[in-house]
Amino acid sequence: MQTTLGPLLHFWSKNEVFDFYEQVAESGFDRICLGEVTCGKRRELKLADWLELARRLQNSGKNVILSTMTLLESQSDYFQLKKVCGNEEFLVEANDMAAVQELSSRGLDFVTGPSVNIYNAYALKHLQKLGLKRWVMPVELSAEKLKAVLAQAESLGISESLETEVFSYGYMPLAYSARCFTARVNKLNKDACEFTCLKTPNGIPLATQEGEKLFTINGIQTMSGQCMNLLDQWWMMEDMGVSSMRFSAHSKEVFTALDKVLAQLELEQPGETMPVNDQCNGYWFGRNGLEMEQI
Amino acid sequence: MELVCPAGNYPSLKSAVDNGADAVYIGFRDETNARHFAGLNFSDKRALKALEYARDRKVRIFVAVNTFAQADNWSKWERAVDTASDLGVDALIAADSGVLGYAAEKHPSLNLHLSVQGSATNQGSLEFYHQNFDIKRAVLPRVLSLKQVAALTEKSPVELEVFAFGSLCIMAEGRCLLSSYVTGESPNTAGACSPASAVRWQETAAGGMDTRLGGKLIDRFKAGEQAGYPTLCKGRFEVEGDINHALEEPTSLNTLDLIPELSVMGIGAVKIEGRQRSPAYVGEVTRVWREALDHYKQAPSSYRAKDQWMRALGKLSEGSQTTLGAYSRPWQ
Repeated sequence: MQTTLGPLLHFWSKNEVFDFYEQVAESGFDRICLGEVTCGKRRELKLADWLELARRLQNSGKNVILSTMTLLESQSDYFQLKKVCGNEEFLVEANDMAAVQELSSRGLDFVTGPSVNIYNAYALKHLQKLGLKRWVMPVELSAEKLKAVLAQAESLGISESLETEVFSYGYMPLAYSARCFTARVNKLNKDACEFTCLKTPNGIPLATQEGEKLFTINGIQTMSGQCMNLLDQWWMMEDMGVSSMRFSAHSKEVFTALDKVLAQLELEQPGETMPVNDQCNGYWFGRNGLEMEQI
Repeated sequence: MELVCPAGNYPSLKSAVDNGADAVYIGFRDETNARHFAGLNFSDKRALKALEYARDRKVRIFVAVNTFAQADNWSKWERAVDTASDLGVDALIAADSGVLGYAAEKHPSLNLHLSVQGSATNQGSLEFYHQNFDIKRAVLPRVLSLKQVAALTEKSPVELEVFAFGSLCIMAEGRCLLSSYVTGESPNTAGACSPASAVRWQETAAGGMDTRLGGKLIDRFKAGEQAGYPTLCKGRFEVEGDINHALEEPTSLNTLDLIPELSVMGIGAVKIEGRQRSPAYVGEVTRVWREALDHYKQAPSSYRAKDQWMRALGKLSEGSQTTLGAYSRPWQ
């Protein structure tokens, strides 16, 4: 089982980002996805900065991938995506079909992130013909659904070279909008947002009027209110043929979560459950996403 | 611009056709389409009847098979595509690359439209669907400003259809999992958003109404306040100590004012949302839009949305209010 650190979904200052990835370089992650995927206005780091980080991480033995934007709206979003796809150094993770199109037309292999909708092996087969090497399952699918996709892949004869990744830890991206909800909370216009999301590096909690946490506001993205925790499911994933677990960072807690899994992987046996704050795993068990199934 | 209207059943279809729709879109009675509600949609037999009614009046019929096919139930989506093809519908509206690939390969003469659930918001994505599946039209997600739609119209390899009126999805379609997070069912997987089976209406001691989805409180209405359906993105929530519509208010999209711009930039079709609505609703919205489009066609330079049209549509809107949504930058 390999471990992937997904792209940073929040907006942090350049210094904080560099500091964070210093620690990533020292961590046990096998693979790191870099780049802005949430909002085209978030430009603390330019592509050159991301490439600098990418080289640094590669030099410390990490497998590095560049991730592209998810929701593209303006022409400049699209040009930026073309630039990332044309970087000529690193494998690219497509988070929109525009990137799939750009990469496949350049004859490049690619991987897909969780927002490229792949719900069956016929979609996988089509993308594999275009150069898909690894896919991240949509976060809302369950273990049973994944088994069905992988069985279908087997029957279509495409499972041999296919790698599957599962979003296993972190606050899940659930929705994308033209509207910036962080700006809305702060009574700002999106076009003059003052990059106010820098002030809430973990997003803004949204709760019901009864105080139950539901979602996390992260700019134009709405995330889960609870942290996905499938850390103790690695053995089941391994059985199913999943090749890597994805972690998503909201803070440096991600390193603690990683270390817990790595310790179990080392022993090669399932350990006890590893609670994290404010957790959920319902999707994986075919239930409402926000639920926490005790195993 | 072609006027594309919704029909969740045969009476609505007649209503749309009789009031001036150029095309009507329908779905089959299962999770292969994004309005999979109890009692809604068409059996094969009903679909054939609908097709005949529309054909006789020179109205086109589109069939939406626009959810993402579940691997453990793949044959359902194959069957839906085959049925649409056998019926000889004017277009199949689909989103899933697996489904589109199947349709393109098995039924090469079937006219394919990319559903809004396909989330294509840019030139590259449109080129992907065009090159891979030879789609002839794409429905744009409700996330682009009017200026961005205009820019895309110039670059798009296919004709574009945009949403004109109806319930407003504020999240990029095909990329919203809020519903499954709270209820287990989403538009992508089950063809349902905030499904009725997960809704609970609870009268409060003070004579008001609590609306719940999957047990979670979505809104709390005072006595005398009109209680709305608990759609997740339109609830009142607590954020940083304030309780309000943190994501969006109950409101409907209405773009009657934009007809001239949309037409000039070359938009091929305008879509009315609402397969879950009544025949009366579909008929009235279709009638107003037909009149507006005809007015524009007769005298483009003097077109102005009439107050009576706006009032008629306002009455049919969520929370009795309308918005231009993402087409207008300040909304964003």
